[in-house]
Amino acid sequence: MRALETTELTKEYRLGFWPKRRKLALDRLTLAVEQGEVFGLLGPNGAGKTTLLKLLLGLIFPTTGAARILGRPLGDVRVHARIGYLPENPSFYDHLTASEFLNYAGWLCGLDAAARRRRGRDLLEQVGLAESAAVALRRFSKGMVQRLGIAQALVNDPDVVFLDEPMSGLDPLGRREVRDLILDLRRQGKTVFFSTHILPDAETLCDRVAILNHGRLLGLGTVQEILGGSLESIELILHDPAPGVLQALAAFTTASVRTGDRVRLELAPDADVETVLAAALHAGARIISLNPVKASLEDYFLARIKDAVATAAGKGAGGGEAGRA
Amino acid sequence: MNRIAAIAVHTFKESVREKVLYNLVVFAILMIAAGLILGGVSVGINDIALVNLGLSAISVFGLVIAVFIGISLVWKEIERRTVYNILSKPVARAEFVLGKFLGLVLTLVVNTAIMTAGFYLVLWYEKGTLGAPDLAPLEAVYFILLQLTLIVAVALLFSTISSPVLSAVFTLSLYVIGNLLDDLRSLGAQSGSAALRGLSRALSLVLPDFGAFGDIAPAAHGQLIPGHRILTHSLYAALYATVLVSSTILIFERRELR
Amino acid sequence: MRPVPARRAVALALVAALAGSIILRLGLDREASVQAPGTAIYVTSGETLRRLSLGYEGLLADLYWTRAVQYFGRQKLAGGGDFQDLGRILRITTELDPHLLIAYRFGAIFLAERPPDGAGRPDEALELIRRGIAANPSYWRLWQDLGFIYYWDLKDYAQAARSFEAGSREPGADLWMKTLAASVAAQGGELETSRALWSEVYSQAGNASIRRSAAGHLAAIKAAEDIERLNRLLGDFARREGRPAASIEDLVRAGTLPARPIDPSGAAYEVGPDGKAALGSGSRIDLRLAR
Repeated sequence: MRALETTELTKEYRLGFWPKRRKLALDRLTLAVEQGEVFGLLGPNGAGKTTLLKLLLGLIFPTTGAARILGRPLGDVRVHARIGYLPENPSFYDHLTASEFLNYAGWLCGLDAAARRRRGRDLLEQVGLAESAAVALRRFSKGMVQRLGIAQALVNDPDVVFLDEPMSGLDPLGRREVRDLILDLRRQGKTVFFSTHILPDAETLCDRVAILNHGRLLGLGTVQEILGGSLESIELILHDPAPGVLQALAAFTTASVRTGDRVRLELAPDADVETVLAAALHAGARIISLNPVKASLEDYFLARIKDAVATAAGKGAGGGEAGRA
Repeated sequence: MNRIAAIAVHTFKESVREKVLYNLVVFAILMIAAGLILGGVSVGINDIALVNLGLSAISVFGLVIAVFIGISLVWKEIERRTVYNILSKPVARAEFVLGKFLGLVLTLVVNTAIMTAGFYLVLWYEKGTLGAPDLAPLEAVYFILLQLTLIVAVALLFSTISSPVLSAVFTLSLYVIGNLLDDLRSLGAQSGSAALRGLSRALSLVLPDFGAFGDIAPAAHGQLIPGHRILTHSLYAALYATVLVSSTILIFERRELR
Repeated sequence: MRPVPARRAVALALVAALAGSIILRLGLDREASVQAPGTAIYVTSGETLRRLSLGYEGLLADLYWTRAVQYFGRQKLAGGGDFQDLGRILRITTELDPHLLIAYRFGAIFLAERPPDGAGRPDEALELIRRGIAANPSYWRLWQDLGFIYYWDLKDYAQAARSFEAGSREPGADLWMKTLAASVAAQGGELETSRALWSEVYSQAGNASIRRSAAGHLAAIKAAEDIERLNRLLGDFARREGRPAASIEDLVRAGTLPARPIDPSGAAYEVGPDGKAALGSGSRIDLRLAR
């Protein structure tokens, strides 16, 4: 059984009173996520990521198409017992404390009082809010709110976790913690489906990603598949090279940058590494590092978005957002 | 059941933190105490005026509280998106509506009980002792509470459709109309057209009959409500509340939470 | 922070404006009270008001009743008036709350009372009481009030007796209703009967106004009875002595009376120019209240 599958899932909004003015938020989206995967949903703001998540959670209803979560169709609220959800920009009840709120969340999931207490304690510990357990939520910072949001998403120990922009509002330490958390969830065999517009996170965490723009699926697969495994360039860093060295490597070099006593050379991607090394060493260079630079998701993204924008502009179908990473 | 109880308890606790409620209850008790003055300024109606003013205060402030909590507590939940936290758990939309309704009713009962306690304190101060005829106001309070339950259900219904201000206006308008159903019917009866007669009769049967729960003046004269009337009116309130809450559920189940 | 002189100017303007507004209010109030000692009654139909009151008609009735009391009090303070709006206010009050018994009872007395003590409208009083009886059939005292108006204000002793009789048949009615019916039928107009009636009113009076009024009537009736008795004594004296008495002292000296009698207001009775007994010049009794 798949964790999640959508079939031609479409969401069309009617803007204002006139039937003519419509916005296609999601256009015939078809994808599947296997259990145990960490799946990333990527795209610029307004691409339809949050729309998809809200459709899956039953907060809004599809115009056409269908989806299943753990084999259950949309609208079956019982499956919510096995999933968790962190909304984008979560907001809670100002008058409750963190542990009161987790208690409420646990109660709604059917946990008994003892289990709720235990789970609340453990989760607050896990997300680093143990000291703020008795603090009223109105005094929480954005980062604390985000962590609590993750905690409440896990209160029922779900099999599938849906996270909408889980890193938002967190400082680098917090983001690191969330990354570790996601990896930990995967280790436990859970499925994690999260949306983000921060690409490096997706690159390091996701087994597979889907790229969305203007409600349409632009690409789906492992990061490897999407990038095609091609190299963008080779990076060679030398320590204080003599002019002769640079000359020897000039044939391979496409760009060079000097910073202090280091020179970073960008070599053509099809350059033969052994030949380059031999030439460098022969010229007496002091090599600090030699790295292949793969095409990043970011580059792919910007390129595809640019294409999509160009196509959309060409079709004359309303202005879109330029790709924003 | 458990989930509905969770939502109801949570709603009640949230309303308890509303400062506005405290102010309203305090004002109500002040108004009740003012009944002592009214009796003193007038002649021969000390107890009557006290009961009239006290029960009217409980009714009016209860109405304000009902409209306020019925609208704000749900609207806030939807506007601030805290409802996402609830509906992402295994909670049906119907359970959410039911839980909210029961929590609001619980709040109303507690508030009304406090105001009634204040009322009886003032009555006891005025009369020195309390006897059997002083139960009549308690029955009137029960009828007021039935009214408020329907009001809060109406407010809940409207607040799932429209903005808070409009919801308040519609709810209060429905309260006024619901007190004038006899006039509605007679207006139609006096008009020439059979269609208007039929329409006004139909409306007067379908719209909530708030006027039927009016019992303040008789209570001021120590008149008790006959038992069968208490039963029929309780049944009517239960049935109509079911109508309102079911409508709310049907609407809310289709509502997109953007 | 604003500079100090500017703050002072603002404070001064505030005080001046407040004083000005108070003076203006006083002027407006004076104007209003000169205009009409009456009240403006915007809604003439109590029934309409009742419908509009959304279940709070009891409270509204109490407020209107309070208005009636204050209206009456104000008119009396102004030295008696015509109380022309009293009937209307009472009608609205009782239309709002048909069970507000004191409105019927109070209304009956002061609507029927002759000016300057009342409105002098026994017919309005009758109508008010009849409506009260219709709405409160088991409250027999309203029959008593009805009988009283017939007896006192309309001098219709037959109707009065019938009203007392009808009231005496209601469960819980006091026994004297029956005897009153009988004596009114037989001796309507007699001072003794009137005294019995006004004594009942006095003892039942729920408030000072009514009690005062009843006391006034009782005092006048006592004075009238005293004068009747004095006239009998004067007649006896004239027959015995062969000449009319010059003053009350003659009776005292003749031993007919132990001392010079005084009326309930404390003034001594005198012999008038027509040879009959009369109130002393310092008397505060109004003999008209005896009939």
